[in-house]
Order: sequence, then structure tokens, then C-alpha cells
Amino acid sequence: MSKVDGLPPAVEEELTESAALEAELAVAPALVANSLGDYLRGSFARVRGGESGVLPVVGGLILISILFQWLNSNFLTSRNLVNLLIQGSPIMLLAMAQVYALLLGEIDLSIGFVSGIGGIVTAELVKQSTGWPWWAAILVALIVCAFIGAVQGTIITRLGLPSFVVTLAGFLGLQGVMLLILGNGGSVPINDKVINDLASGNLTPTASWIVLLLVVAAFGIRTWRREEGRRASGLVAPPRSLTLVKIGAALAAAVAIALICNADRGTLVPIRGLPWVVLIVLGVLAMWTLLLGRTKFGRYVYAIGGNAEAARRAGVRLATVRTVAFTLCSFTAGVAGIVYASRLRSVSTALDGGTLVLYAVAAAVIGGASLFGGRGKAIHAVLGGLVIAAIANGMGLQGYSAAAEKVVTALVLLAAVAIDAVARRGRTAR
Amino acid sequence: MTTEVTSTLPPAGVPAGGAGGALLSLRGISKHFGPVQALVDVTFDVPAGQVTALIGDNGAGKSVLIKCISGIHSPDDGEIVWDGKPVHIKNPLDASSLGIETVHQDLALCDNLDIVQNMFLGRERVQHFALAEEDMEKAAGETLTGLAVTTVRSIRQPVASLSGGQRQSVAIAKAVLWNSKLVIMDEPTAALGVAQTAMVLALVRRLADRGLAVIIVSHNMNDVFEVADRVAVLRLGRTVAVRPAAELDRQIVVDLMTTGVSTRAVTPPDGKGVSS
Repeated sequence: MSKVDGLPPAVEEELTESAALEAELAVAPALVANSLGDYLRGSFARVRGGESGVLPVVGGLILISILFQWLNSNFLTSRNLVNLLIQGSPIMLLAMAQVYALLLGEIDLSIGFVSGIGGIVTAELVKQSTGWPWWAAILVALIVCAFIGAVQGTIITRLGLPSFVVTLAGFLGLQGVMLLILGNGGSVPINDKVINDLASGNLTPTASWIVLLLVVAAFGIRTWRREEGRRASGLVAPPRSLTLVKIGAALAAAVAIALICNADRGTLVPIRGLPWVVLIVLGVLAMWTLLLGRTKFGRYVYAIGGNAEAARRAGVRLATVRTVAFTLCSFTAGVAGIVYASRLRSVSTALDGGTLVLYAVAAAVIGGASLFGGRGKAIHAVLGGLVIAAIANGMGLQGYSAAAEKVVTALVLLAAVAIDAVARRGRTAR
Repeated sequence: MTTEVTSTLPPAGVPAGGAGGALLSLRGISKHFGPVQALVDVTFDVPAGQVTALIGDNGAGKSVLIKCISGIHSPDDGEIVWDGKPVHIKNPLDASSLGIETVHQDLALCDNLDIVQNMFLGRERVQHFALAEEDMEKAAGETLTGLAVTTVRSIRQPVASLSGGQRQSVAIAKAVLWNSKLVIMDEPTAALGVAQTAMVLALVRRLADRGLAVIIVSHNMNDVFEVADRVAVLRLGRTVAVRPAAELDRQIVVDLMTTGVSTRAVTPPDGKGVSS
């Protein structure tokens, strides 16, 4: 019956061999490594092959820290590091918002002013004359932001307009709305304690330890269970030593954060403890990582970014998934806006949504998300946001002007994209 | 293997008349787009367990015909009989619920997703709102092993890193994963090298040997004679011949494709399948 099964053995062998050679580079190191050494060698081959993951941005962060610490010994003090986390949190959150748009291969230019609207709604609702409780104000602000995203997403998907133009209209329109509410040069102060504490409040040192250790425990148990399960059912899984190293690294990071945050960083009165805002960023990071990595919706977002036509043929409802992604994008921007307003204890017309959104795009791209869709994670946004915050903070510490800071940020952005592009070229030229 | 339909094959253009072996029977399918008559009274059978090659010159109506079967177009006239019952295939969903899967020429794979993710795209298995990754990985691995697609080193590697033949194999495995009964392939070897082509044709053969019906659309005469059990030749929207591959050779097929008739006799089988 079969006519081609009798392929000459030489050809078959060649097939297998050439295929294996081609496949070698692209295989995730965790999938083929049997020992930690193998894994490290595999990782190195992967970085060279252009599949670098978070390694370059983590390396960049370490480099930047060493450089600034060398220039100014105040950089790595606990006071400055905590300050850096608080300063960077709005950008990290905005970058996580932008990741949704970038994953689809789209862009959302409006999120800077969407976050402004989130801040204004919160501030207006908790101010004396309105007097809403803080939680209701936050809830309404987030709903308003999500609604803005849903409207923009619907226009983009149902009318088939480019996201660039629709969100540019959102950018301009929402800026107008903001000016309208605030009045020319006006501002709304925030006096609600809880809302101000979002960015400037801290847990007690004991609570900080408990919370951080709980986070590590949750991460560790999840990772261990999942990878043990995979090993038990004979599926490809990283070596057990790697699982332990991962959990160990998370524990070390948590201990470091706890020590840094629990050191006294006050000047007049002692200030200790983990800032609330770190928990907000971690919470959003965990939510979006699970949503994008472990659910159908997340899978479809990646599929649409990779090949929208293939997703459509597979029965994915493109318009719905896209609209929901834009909604979540604006929702996350709302969280960023509330944190931003909380840090400044007010919302004013000085809020520059244009710069914010471009920094958010830069952060996501520096972190490793692709502008062309289909590649990127929430963690990339957080790491990229940290890089941008570190540059701003370090340059400020050195007394450089805002102009110099922008130039350096620009160079880092260019370098990140160039490294990524060169690495990818190395990968495709096989 | 199933019944030997090839030996009792009726002459070209005549309905099979309830031949028990045909999984899919097309009876007098016609389709026009405005004034252009794309298909005229197309009639042929697709038996299970065999590879049916659909060939024809450019514009002969091959693509329109497979689009009618896979639910992208609906025919203006004629009848599609599936497993002995007449059916109306209105959209691709109808086709896949009958067990018809189409592997398009562009494969429709997401480069950024891995093999498992691609194979289950749109039909992911879910457990408590989370994707059941292990479950899907096992099923995908079993399907690939069943089809003897073993050159892939890890089913968790992104599709972007695969060779052309491997990509084609993944697309075919994706079609087979859903217990499909008929797999339609549009030019599966068009973009492949010699070794990759052999790999994909071997896979096509295995599908038929497993009892699936396969329709393969091809321009490449070598492929057709390598793998097909039956050949249906379209010319200007009409079926000019539906015959067992053994009763045809390259030259006859070229005659049929270009003029619609051939008066030649079959050359001895040893001349078959040799290039040029």
C-alpha cells in the first residue's frame, strides 16, 4: 500500500539530523536539560540565538545600578531604593497596561490621559464636598477607565479603524476633558488618608515580612507542584535543581526587599516597612501574568498578535478578544492613575499624558515586549519600568537636568531595541 | 484497509450510484461568481482510506471546489453526500463538525506559539478556568507520535523555529487531532525541498493508511503519482476524469488538464514517479 514509506534510510536520517540541528537553538533550555549545567549551557545558546527572555533587561538593571552606585554612593541606600520603587510604580503599571495593546500588535496612545481621568475621578469623589468613601471612589474610577477602553476597543474592532488613530483621538479628547474638569491650571487635592497611603503608606515591618514570605510560599508551592506534576507524568520539565534554584531566588529577592524596606529610611521620624504600592504592582503583575499565561483569553491575545488570520480560522472571536484587551489596558491605566495621584496627593493639569504613555511604551519595549505583537509579558513591563525609574532616579541624584535624563533614556531605549533586533537577526539567519 | 473502491470505479462523470465505500460524494456541484462559471456539474467520490488527488491547470476550479467542501463557499447547485446522507455545509464550523478539516496553503499557524498551543488553538482544554496544559501536551504528543512525526525535538518549541516540512506536519497533525474523517490539503508541498516533500508525502500516506479520506490539491505531478490512489482532473470547472492513479500516467494527465481528453495508453508502471 504505502509508496513512500520505503524512503532510503540515508534520506530519512538526513531529515532527522537536519531537523534536529535546526530545532536545537529554538528549544527552551528547560525542556531538554537534564542537569543544571546543561540548563545553563542551553540558556546561553538561547540568548545567543535571540530568545533572551528577561536576561538582558535584568543585566541592564544590574549594570545601571553599579554605574550609579559608583557615581553616587547614595544610590543603593534603602531610602533611595524604596523611593525608586514608588517613583517607578506608575510607569510600571502603565507599561503593563500597554503590554495588552502591544501583544495584539496595536498601540494605545490614550492610556496616559486615561490614567489622568482615573486620578481625577478618584480625587473628585473623595474630596470634602462629595465625600465618597475611598473604596467607592476607586471602584468608580476604575469602571470609568475600563469603560473608556471598551468604547475605544469597540470603535477599533467594529469599525475596523487603526488603533493608532482611535487612541490618538482618545489622547486629545481625554486631555480636553481633563482640562475641562480641572479648569485652566487647576488642581484637585486629595485629603483621603487611605488613598494617599496607596503610594506613601507602609506596612509594619512584621507585616512586611509576613506578606513577602507568603508571596514566596505561594509562588514556591505553585511552581514546585506544577513542575513535579510534569516530571511525574513524563512531560518535558526543567530539572528539579532548577526548580529549587528558582524558588531560592524568589526567597532571596523577598528577603532582600524585606531588609531594604524594613531598614529605617526616615530623616526626622523613623520610616520602615514595605510600601503599599509595591503590593499593588505585585498584585497586578500576578493577575495579568495568570490571565495572559494560563487562560484561553490570554492564549488568544498571543495568537492574534502572532497571526490574526490563523486565530480567526481557529474560531477565535477576534473583535471580542481585542475589545476586552483594550478594556483591560485602560483599566490598568486607571490603577496607574490612582497610584500617580496618590503619590502627588493631588491631580493637576501638569499631568503630562503624552510623556507618560511614551514612557510606558519605552518601558515595555526595554523590558522585552515586541512592538509587532505576540511577544511580551507583564513582567517585562515591570522590569522595563524599573530601568526607566532607575535612570531618572540616578540622574536626578547626580544633579543632571531633565534634558540629560531624557537623552539617556532615549539611548537606553534604542540600545534595548537594537540588541533585540540584532539577536533576532542572528536567529532567523540560519 | 477498507473496501477496494478503485476496482469498481464507474467511468468519469457518472455518479458513484451509492457506492458503499465513498465517504464524500459530490454530485453535480456548480458554482458561479457573477458571470464567471467556476464549477460546472462537478461529480466525484472521495473514499475513506485513500488519497484522492485533485489536479487541474490554474483557474480550473480546484480552490473553489475545496472551498465548497470546507464550507467557505456554498455551491449554487448540486448535492454533497457525506457518509450516505446529503448535507449542507454552510460554514467552516459545519465542515469541522462533520469531520472535515482543511490544511490551507498558508498553514494558518501562529509563529509565536508552540506546537501544542497551535494544535489546540481555538479548542483549548480548560480546567477551573485555567488551561489544562499537561492534558493538551499529552494529546498533542500522542497524535504526533501516531503520525510518526518524530523529527520535532520538543513539542514545546515555537512554530517559528520549525522547518517548512515540520510546519506542514504540525498543520496536518492539527487537522487530525479532532478525529477528522476527511483531510483536505491545498498544495502541501508547494514550498518544500526534496527531503521535506518526501517527509510530508509519507505523512499523507499514513493518514490514508489510518483510514482517513484525503484530498490533496497539487500542481506537482511527481507528488500526485507518488502518493495518490485516485486522481480527479478538473478542466475549466468540469471534471474531465476520475480514475485510479494506476490507470494514468504523467502524459495522460497533462493531456486531460490541457485538452480534456487523452487517447494515449498508459506507459509501463516502471516509468511512473520518475522525475521528468
